[in-house]
Amino acid sequence: MAEDSKEDSVASNVDSDQQTPDGSLNNSVLADGSCLLRRMEICVAEAEKRSGKNAVSMQETFTVYLVETRPIDATAEGRSPPPDSLWRRYSEFELLRNYLIIAYPYIVVPPLPEKRAEFVWHKLSADNMDPDFVERRRIGLENFLFRVASHPVLSNDEILYHFLTKEHGWKEMVYETGFQAKADSRLRALSATFRVRSPHKRLVEMKHYSDGLQSHTAQLLRARTRVADRLYAVYKVHGNYGRVFSEWSAIEKEMGDGLQSAGHHMDAYATSIDDILEEEEHYADQLKEYLFYAEALRAVCRKHELSQFELEMASLDLISKKQQREELATGVCHTNINLKQYAMLPKACK
Amino acid sequence: MSVGAPRGLASSGQKLITEMLHPLSAAEEPPSPGPDVTVSAEEKEKTSRIEFDLPDYSVRRRYQDFDWLRIKLEDSQPTHLIPPLPEKFVMKGVVDRFSEEFVETRMKALDKFLKRVADHPVLSFNPHLNAFLTAKDLNKRQGLALLTKVGESVKHVAGGYKLRARPAEFCAMGEYLDTFSQKLGTIDRIAQRILREQSEYLTELREYGAVYSSWAGSEEQLQRPLEGVAGCVTTSCGALEDLSDNMSQDFLPVLREYVLYIESMKNVLRKRDQVQAEYEGRLEAAVLRKQEDRTPIPVEVEKCQDKVECFNADLKADWERWQRNKRQDFKQLLTGMADKNINYYEKCQAAWESLITLLQEKQTEDKTSETELN
Repeated sequence: MAEDSKEDSVASNVDSDQQTPDGSLNNSVLADGSCLLRRMEICVAEAEKRSGKNAVSMQETFTVYLVETRPIDATAEGRSPPPDSLWRRYSEFELLRNYLIIAYPYIVVPPLPEKRAEFVWHKLSADNMDPDFVERRRIGLENFLFRVASHPVLSNDEILYHFLTKEHGWKEMVYETGFQAKADSRLRALSATFRVRSPHKRLVEMKHYSDGLQSHTAQLLRARTRVADRLYAVYKVHGNYGRVFSEWSAIEKEMGDGLQSAGHHMDAYATSIDDILEEEEHYADQLKEYLFYAEALRAVCRKHELSQFELEMASLDLISKKQQREELATGVCHTNINLKQYAMLPKACK
Repeated sequence: MSVGAPRGLASSGQKLITEMLHPLSAAEEPPSPGPDVTVSAEEKEKTSRIEFDLPDYSVRRRYQDFDWLRIKLEDSQPTHLIPPLPEKFVMKGVVDRFSEEFVETRMKALDKFLKRVADHPVLSFNPHLNAFLTAKDLNKRQGLALLTKVGESVKHVAGGYKLRARPAEFCAMGEYLDTFSQKLGTIDRIAQRILREQSEYLTELREYGAVYSSWAGSEEQLQRPLEGVAGCVTTSCGALEDLSDNMSQDFLPVLREYVLYIESMKNVLRKRDQVQAEYEGRLEAAVLRKQEDRTPIPVEVEKCQDKVECFNADLKADWERWQRNKRQDFKQLLTGMADKNINYYEKCQAAWESLITLLQEKQTEDKTSETELN
């Protein structure tokens, strides 16, 4: 695998760096079909707080994530050059994903970590600036990039490549694709209710499955939250033992040391729950990933339904137009009745 | 009043050993509960002491009878600390007096009571104890059965005397008992709170496990792993239930019994105060009269002094014994609590480890089937 990528990309990567300082690409780099992750190391290394003015000129604090990339062949040759890196905000990841969804409507696009902390149990702050939350988000964003960059189709996308390599001007590049216009019309269409006449069996099954998966993972996440809440309470009450054992030890002679020590252990026990539950958040994150994956799958099924519906409408329309043309050409009104025209009768009579 | 009872006998000869059998297991006829009393307990004792005619005795006793014994002991040995009995009255409707748990708990407490009495160098020789352990029918007067509060003696020392100066060591004992009782109360409340929280946790945990089961129903490849997780959660639930049961059956009753024990001890301290006060009062009156008309100090006053000194000595000896037993009992109690908790975590750990094995097996299964397909 290392040899493959070496042959494919050594020259072109070096070339593109030399020839095109603004980052626009020679398409041969990406056209070879092997996925990006095989040719490039990607990681989301760090997170930092920044302050700046937002779109409506208000001061805001936000977090940026360091995306590092390095061609794999570089390390294979024994050199270890420092990785290229740039900073990205969560909203830029969102933009990338929204673009991919529109550009590849038939693909289940990997999900991002949640925008706001949901399924929280009471202790966990729902604050996006909380360091534990930021750390878990960093992992989630990295996971997203891994999945996208190892996808046989998505990994070859130019916009993705520029997301990873072109710090400035990337946003403009995305908007220039004109995907936003498509996004809006798609959104309106998807929320409309319509029925397909001959549903695609496999896709109906997939949609049904995605509904089930969504339901189960959501239930699980809610139940887990409640369990975490209760478990926290059990551990914390044990902390009260710490205090009373300590007070009791003061009036004892032989038993004093033992009781004092027991008190300390109870305190340690009570505080141990914080780390335990923080670790469990990582498990919850993975459940959430599949909750969102289920949503993505459902969206693909819906888009297919929509396309099929549009196709069916278009074919009926075509049939009707053909008939009309025939009527005009021959001057004869056909008495063939097809069901669609029958249904249109009440409208025609108005 | 056996103030001058010999204390040396304790070291000679074998001690009395009593054993309590479960009341429901050894019954020949079903126990007939009276209006204010619970199931009877059957006792078998092995004795090797000289005062007892036979080596083995087996008698049936009701709670009433234990109550009678305790009152008799208190009356006949007022200078000694008599171990407490479990609570006599339980609120009807709150606790089921015939439930297995309640009977078990009560039986353990009654057993402990007898063992403590049998271990005591003075109390174990009490003739009432002998009668309790050996007589087929306890011939107790009905009037005594109507006494309500455990620990209150019928006889009061002639009242009205005020204590001048309590010796420091008895003051210290009193203070210790007050603080200790307070701390035990706090521990009891904390333990109850933990039980409540554990119960709520258990409810949520069960529902959590159920979601895994229900999800497993709609998966193919994932079915076994998900069922495995559900099974683990169920095992954890069972282990937690055991832990909670143990806490309410073994831990809490001992705490409560010690609170009663402390009350008994405080009563003895009060009685000692009264005896000392009586002596001081009589002495003062006698001294005044002697000053007035040369009447010599009556013999009663000297007897009172003896009483005080004996009481103090008995009390100090009992105090030391009580402290030793207390250390042992609490060491056992707290170690037991720790062991039960460890046991709970070990059970949970074993369940999850077996799940990991299951998942790893599944992983290798999947890998081999994948390579077979390719």
